[in-house]
Amino acid sequence: MKGTLKDYIYRPEYECLSRSEMENLQSERLRKTVELVYNHCKPYRAKMDEFKIKPSDIRSVADLSKLPFTVKHDLRAAYPFGFYTAPQRDIVEVHASSGTTGKLTVVGYTQNDIDVWAEVAARGLAMAGVTKDSLVHVAYGYGLFTGGLGAHYGSQKIGASTVPASAGNTIRQLTLLRDFGATHLCCTPSYAIFLGTELEKAGMDIKDFNLQGGVFGAEPWTYQMREEIERVLNIDALDIYGLSEISGPGVAMECMQKHGSHVQEDHFIPEIIDPETLEPLPFGSEGELVFTTITKTGQPLIRYRTRDLCTLSDEKCACGRTTVKMSKVKGRSDDMLIIRGVNVFPSQIEAAIMNVAGVSPHYMIYVDRINNLDVIEIDIELAGNLTPDRVSDIENIKKKVETEVNSYIGLSAKIKLCESGSIRRSEGKAVRVVDRREQ
Amino acid sequence: MLVKQLSVFMENRPGRLYKLTHALGQEGIDFVTLSIADTKDFGIVRFIARDNERAYEILKAAGFTVGITELIGVEVNDRPNALAEVVALMEEANINIEYLYSFVLTNHNTAKILMRVEDTDRAVKLLKEKGIRLLSEKIL
Repeated sequence: MKGTLKDYIYRPEYECLSRSEMENLQSERLRKTVELVYNHCKPYRAKMDEFKIKPSDIRSVADLSKLPFTVKHDLRAAYPFGFYTAPQRDIVEVHASSGTTGKLTVVGYTQNDIDVWAEVAARGLAMAGVTKDSLVHVAYGYGLFTGGLGAHYGSQKIGASTVPASAGNTIRQLTLLRDFGATHLCCTPSYAIFLGTELEKAGMDIKDFNLQGGVFGAEPWTYQMREEIERVLNIDALDIYGLSEISGPGVAMECMQKHGSHVQEDHFIPEIIDPETLEPLPFGSEGELVFTTITKTGQPLIRYRTRDLCTLSDEKCACGRTTVKMSKVKGRSDDMLIIRGVNVFPSQIEAAIMNVAGVSPHYMIYVDRINNLDVIEIDIELAGNLTPDRVSDIENIKKKVETEVNSYIGLSAKIKLCESGSIRRSEGKAVRVVDRREQ
Repeated sequence: MLVKQLSVFMENRPGRLYKLTHALGQEGIDFVTLSIADTKDFGIVRFIARDNERAYEILKAAGFTVGITELIGVEVNDRPNALAEVVALMEEANINIEYLYSFVLTNHNTAKILMRVEDTDRAVKLLKEKGIRLLSEKIL
């Protein structure tokens, strides 16, 4: 708990609106968005026709719940570009995240969408005190994953010196952080802790660093982790939230009150629903977070189900912002795991395993956090009809599983081969995943 | 002309070898040979029983990952360099030996060598040509 950063409001004209001002703005933007998707996005037109809703039925945010939901599967079914509302020539950037069957979820951005993204990321970085005088070290991966470029756009929008370090090579990261005098670090929270512990091992002293704040996201983390990061790096550590479907990092960001993340409501309308009944829930209730984008033009999404479980709050925040706050994400309403910032579905691992001869479909996935890094171990039974005679045969099976899993999920997993029948068979719904990271 | 052997995959955790030997022992199965190949993560127990078929049935029923392999068995005089001579034959013919173990039965003046090679047919032919006594399951 350092508490020394100067949190400032980047765009008070939007971040400090009264509730009725915000709702008027949202209503106006929602009407335009619904018009846009109805006229230019076939899947949305089909859905709205099916629900017998015309754009004229949506007059204000109060009508939002009349609209159908969008789920990840809808995007995959329209792979790759079926959800575009803009012609391809107006799309200036494409991002993608992993899906359940190895098929990617693709998001196209117009220049307007990149500008929106940069704007919200900048508002977020301002909460961590990033100004023109700051030096922002971005150690999120750059690429299809939105982490790296999102932080990058926000930092550049503010006019801070931006170091696109990307992920990996810890010693080089530490050297750059120290030698360049970085004031802010953007990466996953687990990597932040890892940097802190490696710093000591490398014989470096945190006193030689100029770090003041950290903007950490892309995976859920706890208040205990915050304390640990703040201790090892001697910074204020703040939580940034985002998902590529909606925009990327910056959809919501924690202010220096460190108690919930402000949703950039003038761009993304948040709702909490009951994941079973799909009914909207009032402020304070825990449920699934749903977003409607109201300023994007390349691939706007209506009532997109994030599967993240949290609560929303409209309580007045001491920072002066009036935007709704979301709590830390407490879990998922599906079985997706977030490992080192990467979305992993057990079904992907299963699909990978099924490609290897010599193993059975009986497996268990264990997720641990060891030395502050997420690790996956997959225990898998050998096939019952295997003749286990040569050591090299068994080791080849193990290597094949490793290779397949890596190509499906983009992460390496520790593979443990087990005797047939040794993995507990469950009655009813199979328990395939044990997440032992502290929540 | 080949000797049958059972191979069992075993995780590296306490009690596994006991479970195997006990399952066979209480059914009156007698081991002729037993060897273990171990790695960091797992082991492979290889053995020949007096009654391989029954041993296989028992282990299958008990849920072990077990299979039957065929090995080349040869009998040599129990004297220095006898093993080296057999190995030399394989080496000259460029036949890779995957693994090998040998044993001597009491009251016998011969030693038995069991091996798995990459090219079994060629190895058998070669050993026959050189007049080396090959074992079959019965002779064992």
